[in-house]
Amino acid sequence: MIRRLFIANRGEIALRILRTARRMGIETVLGVSEVDRTSLPAKLADQIVTLGPSPSSQSYLNIERVVVAATHARADAIHPGYGFLSENSRFARAVLANGMIFVGPSPESLDAMGDKLMARSVAVAAGLLVVPGGEAADAQEARRRAADIGYPLLVKAVSGGGGRGMKRVDSAADIDEQVALATAEAQAVFGDPRIYLERYIARGRHVEVQLLGDGKRAIHLGTRDCSIQRRFQKLVEEAPAPGIPEERHDALRRAAVRLAESLKYSGAGTVEFLVDAETFDFYFLEMNARIQVEHPVTEMVTNLDLIEQQLLITDGQPLGLTQDDIAFNGHAIEVRINAEDWAADFRPSPGRVTRAAWPAGPGIRVDTHIESGGAVPPFYDSLVGKVIAFGANRTAAVSRMAAALNSLDIQGVATTAPMHQRILADLRFAAGAVDTRFFEGLARG
Amino acid sequence: MKDDDPILLPEDIADIIAILDGALYDRIDIKTTRFTLRVARSGSGWTQSWEHTAIGPEVESVVAPSADLKKVTAFVEKKGIFAVRSPLPGTFYRAPRPGAPAFVEMGDSVDANTVVGIIETMKLMNSVPAGVTGEIIEIIAENGTLVELNGILMRVRVQTDGK
Repeated sequence: MIRRLFIANRGEIALRILRTARRMGIETVLGVSEVDRTSLPAKLADQIVTLGPSPSSQSYLNIERVVVAATHARADAIHPGYGFLSENSRFARAVLANGMIFVGPSPESLDAMGDKLMARSVAVAAGLLVVPGGEAADAQEARRRAADIGYPLLVKAVSGGGGRGMKRVDSAADIDEQVALATAEAQAVFGDPRIYLERYIARGRHVEVQLLGDGKRAIHLGTRDCSIQRRFQKLVEEAPAPGIPEERHDALRRAAVRLAESLKYSGAGTVEFLVDAETFDFYFLEMNARIQVEHPVTEMVTNLDLIEQQLLITDGQPLGLTQDDIAFNGHAIEVRINAEDWAADFRPSPGRVTRAAWPAGPGIRVDTHIESGGAVPPFYDSLVGKVIAFGANRTAAVSRMAAALNSLDIQGVATTAPMHQRILADLRFAAGAVDTRFFEGLARG
Repeated sequence: MKDDDPILLPEDIADIIAILDGALYDRIDIKTTRFTLRVARSGSGWTQSWEHTAIGPEVESVVAPSADLKKVTAFVEKKGIFAVRSPLPGTFYRAPRPGAPAFVEMGDSVDANTVVGIIETMKLMNSVPAGVTGEIIEIIAENGTLVELNGILMRVRVQTDGK
């Protein structure tokens, strides 16, 4: 039984974890960087510990400081959230070695899925298809591998995920610069400069399956569609994935469960697929061994609390749910509100939010750490909040989201809310089942 | 915070809206010792805005304070000298990864598209082109330091025609 949970994250997900823990009667300790000492999660946590200076390399990404802080605070478990150290097996091992519970899968699963090249081979062994590609240890090998794969292609971080460190390369003239940039980003964000190349599939949809496992068996909580992306960063997510024939939908979910069971996966995880928008053939992309940003859409259609499930499973308990317990109802859409000026090529817009009026009301959920007066520091990602709309069907959810975005009023920093209004008004979006090229075709300002 | 202090939950806001929805009120302001909350009608829907006041007790600070934001010194631009400025606020890197050779060194010739460094802002890497043809004569921002928007990173002696 977890009594005292250390939250090794910040922003909306720190607050999200804090609320579920509190509801379950678990005490919360939040590790914060200096700039986050006055953040909303810091105000609401039972206790806070300062990890270090604001740059994440000296605070949220510093394994020793996080583990020392959690030990000092006498926590018996650490929830890593998403990003930062959430999929770092060295961190998970350090947590376990210091006698605490790591809220996530085993370090072995993190190793298998964290190394995207290893994940590809594990998926192949479990009978899944993968996109053609492979490792590129240096510039020379990258050039050679690129010539084999053909352009356009993607450069991805071996220790990556969430689209970070990922670059599209359209011709041989750009390969060196893009490989160098991707390598730098991989080193800075993941602490591992290794990269690999993969064929770029233009007419693809990004569909993922949410899983829960207890090390013995796994169940799925349905699909999410995350095809609306810009530079591989998800902008809009929905559950379930619309417009996929039931037989293919079922094949996707079963493939994901098969992979989780072959890994003896424990905890919440997500298997990401690239789905051909016409044939519905699907290819394994990666498995995210953590809670994901877009988990609320799954919660809305299953009426489950995924953070609660994580805390229950990690507590050493077997999965309390069977596949038959999972009932799907309605449709949910999430938009990510980022502090970026979409009219100025998405220039980051850190600063102080002078007014934050978030939408509210029936069928609307807001996950945010930004209140009026809240700070958006330049050190971390630009997510300021997520607006989630639920409806009995997709049309109802879309119309609720459109109304919610009209109510939203964030001042002091630029946000991507106007872009989402544009997306919601797009006829292709209204029709549903768009592919990853959607954003390129979006009418600007 | 203490256990007996109420925490403002999304469920509370939903309850407040359910009450207001049945009445004629357009908005409600609630102020407690821990937060202020405004729930207001907006079109056919509602908005919520809030501010919390309390800060949880700290267990113990485990590390040293941070270095101050490194301010890049202001520089009066001279004729023929071009300042390469940061397109974004963020962390400046002179090399693609630790240990790798720097993109450029003093005395290097560059053209407008030569990448001279990387600015990391909100976890994204942005390459910085020199923006001009010439020779690097000064490197001002150090590797791994924070720079401001338009902060000067380097100076380039501009190559003029016929030279």
